[in-house]
Amino acid sequence: MIFNWVWLIPALPLFGFLFNAFLGKRVGKTVVGWLASLVVLSGFALSVSVLAALLKLPESERQRIVGLFPGGVVIPWIHIGNFRVNYAALVDPLSLLMCLIVTGVGGLIHVYATGYMAEDQDYARFFTYFNLFIFFMLTLVLAENMLLLFVGWEGVGLCSYLLISFWYEDKNNALAGNKAFIVNRIGDVGFALGMMLIFATFGTLSFYGTAAHPGFLQMAARHISAHGPLLISTATVIGLLLFIGACGKSAQFPLYVWLPDAMAGPTPVSALIHAATMVTAGVVMVSRCSPLITDSATVMIVIASVGCFTAFLAASIGLVQNDIKKVLAYSTVSQLGYMFLGCGVGAFSAGMFHVTTHAFFKGLLFLGAGSVIHALGGEQDMRRMGGLKNRIPITHWTMAAAWFAIAGFPLFSGFWSKDEILGAAYVSPDAGKVLWFVGVVTALMTAFYMSRLMWKTFYTNQRFNEAELGAHGGHGGHGHPGVHESPPSMTVPLIILAALSVCGGFIGSPFMGDAFQRYLAPAVRNTTAMPEGITGTVLVLMVISSLVAVAGILWAMSLYGKRRETGDLIPAAAKAKMGPASPYRFLLNLWYWDALCNKVAIGYGGVLGNSLKWFDTYIVDGVVNTLAWIVGSLASGFRRTQTGFVRNYALTMLIGVVAVVVGMLWGSFHFMFK
Amino acid sequence: MPEIIRDHLLTCLVFLPLIGAVVLMFMPKPAESPADGHGTHQDSSSPADPRAQAIRWMALLFSLLTFALSLILLFRFHSAKSSYQFVDGPYNWIKQFHVHYYLGIDGISLLLILLTTFLSVLCIGYSFSVKQRVKEFMIFMLVLETGMLGVFCALDLVLFYVFWESMLIPMYFLIGIWGHERRIYAAIKFFIFTFIGSVLMLVAIVALYVKTGSFNLVTLLTPGTQPHHLLSLISPHVLMWMFAAFALAFMIKVPMFPFHTWLPDAHVEAPTAGSVILAGVLLKMGIYGFLRFCLPLFPAQAHQAAPLFLTLAVIGIVYGAIVAAMQPDMKKVVAYSSVSHLGFVMLGIFSLNPLGITGAVLQSINHGVSTGALFFIVGMFYDRKHTRLISAYGGVKRAVPILAAFFLIAMLSSIALPLTNGFVGEFTILQGSFISHTAGWKYTAVATTGMILSAVYMLWMFQRVMYGPLDKEDNRSLPDLVWREKLVLAPLVVLIFWFGCYVTTWTKPLIPTVDSLVSNVGPASIAERRASAASILEGTAGKFAIIPLTRGKLGGK
Repeated sequence: MIFNWVWLIPALPLFGFLFNAFLGKRVGKTVVGWLASLVVLSGFALSVSVLAALLKLPESERQRIVGLFPGGVVIPWIHIGNFRVNYAALVDPLSLLMCLIVTGVGGLIHVYATGYMAEDQDYARFFTYFNLFIFFMLTLVLAENMLLLFVGWEGVGLCSYLLISFWYEDKNNALAGNKAFIVNRIGDVGFALGMMLIFATFGTLSFYGTAAHPGFLQMAARHISAHGPLLISTATVIGLLLFIGACGKSAQFPLYVWLPDAMAGPTPVSALIHAATMVTAGVVMVSRCSPLITDSATVMIVIASVGCFTAFLAASIGLVQNDIKKVLAYSTVSQLGYMFLGCGVGAFSAGMFHVTTHAFFKGLLFLGAGSVIHALGGEQDMRRMGGLKNRIPITHWTMAAAWFAIAGFPLFSGFWSKDEILGAAYVSPDAGKVLWFVGVVTALMTAFYMSRLMWKTFYTNQRFNEAELGAHGGHGGHGHPGVHESPPSMTVPLIILAALSVCGGFIGSPFMGDAFQRYLAPAVRNTTAMPEGITGTVLVLMVISSLVAVAGILWAMSLYGKRRETGDLIPAAAKAKMGPASPYRFLLNLWYWDALCNKVAIGYGGVLGNSLKWFDTYIVDGVVNTLAWIVGSLASGFRRTQTGFVRNYALTMLIGVVAVVVGMLWGSFHFMFK
Repeated sequence: MPEIIRDHLLTCLVFLPLIGAVVLMFMPKPAESPADGHGTHQDSSSPADPRAQAIRWMALLFSLLTFALSLILLFRFHSAKSSYQFVDGPYNWIKQFHVHYYLGIDGISLLLILLTTFLSVLCIGYSFSVKQRVKEFMIFMLVLETGMLGVFCALDLVLFYVFWESMLIPMYFLIGIWGHERRIYAAIKFFIFTFIGSVLMLVAIVALYVKTGSFNLVTLLTPGTQPHHLLSLISPHVLMWMFAAFALAFMIKVPMFPFHTWLPDAHVEAPTAGSVILAGVLLKMGIYGFLRFCLPLFPAQAHQAAPLFLTLAVIGIVYGAIVAAMQPDMKKVVAYSSVSHLGFVMLGIFSLNPLGITGAVLQSINHGVSTGALFFIVGMFYDRKHTRLISAYGGVKRAVPILAAFFLIAMLSSIALPLTNGFVGEFTILQGSFISHTAGWKYTAVATTGMILSAVYMLWMFQRVMYGPLDKEDNRSLPDLVWREKLVLAPLVVLIFWFGCYVTTWTKPLIPTVDSLVSNVGPASIAERRASAASILEGTAGKFAIIPLTRGKLGGK
C-alpha cells in the first residue's frame, strides 16, 4: 500500500539533514549538494505516486490517516489523560498538493543552490539547513493534528532564522534573522492560544478522526448541521487567534515586517521562503481549518480585509524599491494578501490555486534575480543594472515568463489564479465589490512594478562599470570576471519553472473544467466560488483583469521606454527636494510602519527592560540589602555590649538577678493582694 | 542483587554518595597549587597531579554508581501504581517525638531522583577542570548529592527537614570557596534567604506535630486514620498559617517573584558545577515541596491561595524574561531565564489539574536539562576566556563551531521549540492552565507572551556572542570543545530530544501519581473533565456553548 510509504516523504529530507549535519564537512561538496537535492526530489516522485493512488479512490474516501514511522506505524508523542497527540499524517488532496509544491519547487531550488552556493565555505551547513527546512515544511503540511502542524510551523521559523542569518559575519543578517524569528513568534502566540482553545472546546487537536473519535473539524461541522451556528463566539475567537498566527507566518499586516528583511539570506533561501515553503503555511493552515473558520463571518471578513489591505500596501511599497530582491519581497507580501483575500471571501480553492501558481512564478523570479545577482558579482541595486537582456538571455527569457505570469497577463498561470480570487471576491456577499476593486487596483500596480523591475534590469541602458564587477566580492560574488550566464544547474530549474509559470494555470482554468478546484474540493470548505463555466460575469471580469494587466505593462513600457538612459522616472534632484510626507518618500520608507515598529519594539522595549532591571537591582534587591544592613547595624550596636570584661558581665548579671527577684516579688504581691 | 540492598534500595541510593565522600576523605591530599582558590582557572594548572586525578576518578565512580542505582529504580518502578514504592521504614529514630526514618518514592520523586543522579555525574565529570582544593570540592559535591536525594525520598517531615538543611551547607561552601569575585556575598545571601524560609517551615512542621501527633506524611494523608483524617482536627485558620509557612519556604527556593534576588547572585558567583546543581536540582526542591506537602496537606488552602500564586507566577514569567534580556553577563541571562521558566512551572502547579501538574514536573526536569546545558556552556566560555561578559565575544561561531552547535540546541530547548523538551513541558503547562478552573485563559494569555520574550533574550544573546564579525583578536584562537566537554554536553542533548520527541517514557510513571494527587485537590471545570474523561467525545456537540470561555467575557451566545 503506497500510503504506508508516506512517512518517507518527510523522513528523506530528515535523513539528508542528519547526514549533512554530521558528515557534510567530510564527504565533499558534490555529495552534499546531490544528496540534499536527491532526497527532496525523490520525495517529489513519491508524492506523485501517492497522488496517483489517491486519485483512484472515490472522492469521499480521499482522506487517509497514516503513521509517520516506517510502515505507517502511529507512534504517540504526548499522551496525558485525554490530551493525545500522535505522529501521524493526514493524506488528502490539500496535503498532497502542498507536498508536490514543497518537494517539486523546493527540489528545483536545491538543484539551483548547488550551483549558486558552489563556492561558499559553509556549503554543507547551507544544505543541512535547507533539508531541515523541507522536513519541517512537509511536517507542517502533512500533520494530522494542530500540534504536529505547530511543529512544522515553528520549525520553518527556526530554519528561516538559521538561513537568513546564514552569512552571520554581517551583523545585519544576524539581526534580520532575529527579527524573522521573533516576529514569527508573536504570531505563534496567537496560534498556540487558538490551539489551546480548540482543545478546551473539542477535547482533541486532531483535524479528522474515526466515527468514535472524531477530529475537531468534523465535530464543528457536525455541530453546525445539528444545532446551527451555536458556537459562533468560540469559532470567532479560535479563528482570530489562528489568523494572528497566519499573519506572522504568511507576512500579513501588521506582522509582515520580517519578510522583506528576510532577503538578507542567500537568494535560494529567499526563493524557498517566499515561494515553496514557509509563507504559504498560513494559507494552508487557514484552508485546513476552513470547516471551522467559515462558521464565523467575523473571522472571514477580517481575513479578507487584512489580505486585501496587505496586498495593496505591499504593492504600493513595491513601486519604489530599488533593491531587486526587495521589490520581489514586497511583491510576495502583496501576493500573499491576494491568497488571504481568496480565503476570506470563502474561496479557499482559489487561494490555494494562487499558492500553487505563485510557487512557480515567484520561485522563478527569485531564482532569476539570483542569476542576475550572480552575473553581476553580487550587485542587487537595480540603479546599477540595465542592459542585461542580451547578456544573460536564459535568465531574461525565463524571468519574462514569470513577469507575465505575476502581472496576470492573459493565459499565463498567474492570470487564472488571480482572476479566480478576484471573481470570488466580486460575487461574495459583504463588501465583495470593494474588495474586488482594491484587488484590481493592486493588480494594476503589480503589473506596473514588475514591468519597472524588468525595464530597470534588462531593457534600459547599462549603468554599471563592468570592470568593477565582483570587486566588492559581495555574497553572490564568485570570482568570475564580467557579466556571465549562470551554469546549467541554475538555468535548468529556471527553464522548468518558466514552463510551469506559462502553462501551470491551465489546470485551474475553465478550459480544463476547473480541474484544480474540483480536486481540492473534498479537503476544504468553500463557501463562495466563481460560477462554473464561462458565463457572462466571468467573461466580463476576465476581460477587466486582462485589460488591467496589459495596461500596467504598457504604462510602464511607455514611461521607462522614454528614459532608457537613467532608468529612473523621478530625477535625483527632484527626489532630494521631497519631504518625508511626499508620496514617494512615504512609499520608499514603507509607510513608516517599519520605523514605528522598530521604535516601539527596540526603543520602548529597551526603556522598559532597563527600568525593570533598575527596579530589580534597587527595589527588589535593594529591600533585601537594606534589611541586611539594618540587621547588621543593630548587631554591631549590640556587639558593643560584649566587651569581654568580667566585671561588666557580672554587673549585667546582677541587674538581671535583681530584675528577676523584683519580678517574683511583684508577682507574689500581686497574687496575695488580689 | 543482595537482599539487603534490594530491601533498602533507597537507603543505599541516598547514602552511597556520602560513603564516597568518606572514602575521599581518606585519600591523600593532592599538592596544592600556589594560587589561592580563585575560581577554576585552567592556566594555573601544573601537569595532572596523580593524586588529584585519583580523587576525581573516585568521585566520578561513586556518582556513576549512584546513577546506576537510580536506573535500577526506574526499571523496577511500577508505573501503574500511585502509592509510594521502594518503601524503607518507618524505623524509629527519635522515639519520644515519633520521628521516623522513612523513605519512599512515587513518580514525581523518581524523575527528580534520576535528574539529580544524572546531573551529579555530569557535574563531577565537568569539574575535572577544577584545580584548587580538588579533594574538598569533590567531597562537598558528594555530600550535596546525598542531601538532595534524601529530600526527594523522605516521607517523614523531620527527616525531610534534616536533608533540606543539610544540603545547604555543602552548597554554601561550594559557592563561598570555589565561586567568583563576589562569592562570599552570594554564599551568605543564598544561605540566609533559604534559611529564613526553612525556619518558618520548621515552625509549621512542629505545629503540625503538636496538633496531630505525627510527623509521618503517609499517616497524615491517610483518610481512615484514628479518629478520622488527622488534618481535619485543625481549624482552617491554623491550616492557612501552616500552608503559608510551608509555601514561603518553597517560594523562596523556587524562587518566585519577588523572592528571587538570591538566585542571580548565587548562580553567577557559583562555580559552573554549582550553578548547574543549583538550577537543575535545588530549585526543583521548592517545586517538589509544593507537590509533596503544600497541595496534599493543604488542598483547600492551596485552592484559596491559587490566584496569588498564579499572579506571582505570571509576573515571574514576564518579569524574569524582560530583566534577563538586559543583562550584560551571560550567566545572569541564564539565571534570570530560570526565574521565567520556574514561573511556568508554578503556573502549571497552581492550575491544579493533571495536565498542568504533569507539565510542571516535566518542565522541572526539562529546565534542569536545558539550563544545565546552558550553564555548562557558559562555564566553557569562562574556562576559555575568563569572562562571562557578552560584549567580550562576538562572531565566535567561526572559532568554536561545535560549541556553537551545542549552544544553539540548548538555546532552542530553552525557548521551547517543538521537538525539544522545553516545548512539551511548556505547552502542556499552558494547555493545562488554559482549561484550569483556577487559572483559565487570562493567566495563560499573559504567560504565553513568555514565548516571545524568551526568544528575544536568548536569540539576542546568541547573536551577540556567536554572530557578527569575529573582530576581537584573542577570540580567533579560542579552542573548540575537548572530548571531556563533548561528553558532558552530549547526554544533555540526547535528553533534550528524547523528552521532546517521545515524552511517553517519562509520563508513564508520572501520570498515576499526578492523578491521585489532583483527585484530592478539588473540583474540575468542564473543560478539565473533558480533557481527562475517556468517553467524552460522543455527544460533545451540544456542549460547546457552555465552556467557561463562552460564558465569560469573550462569548455572547
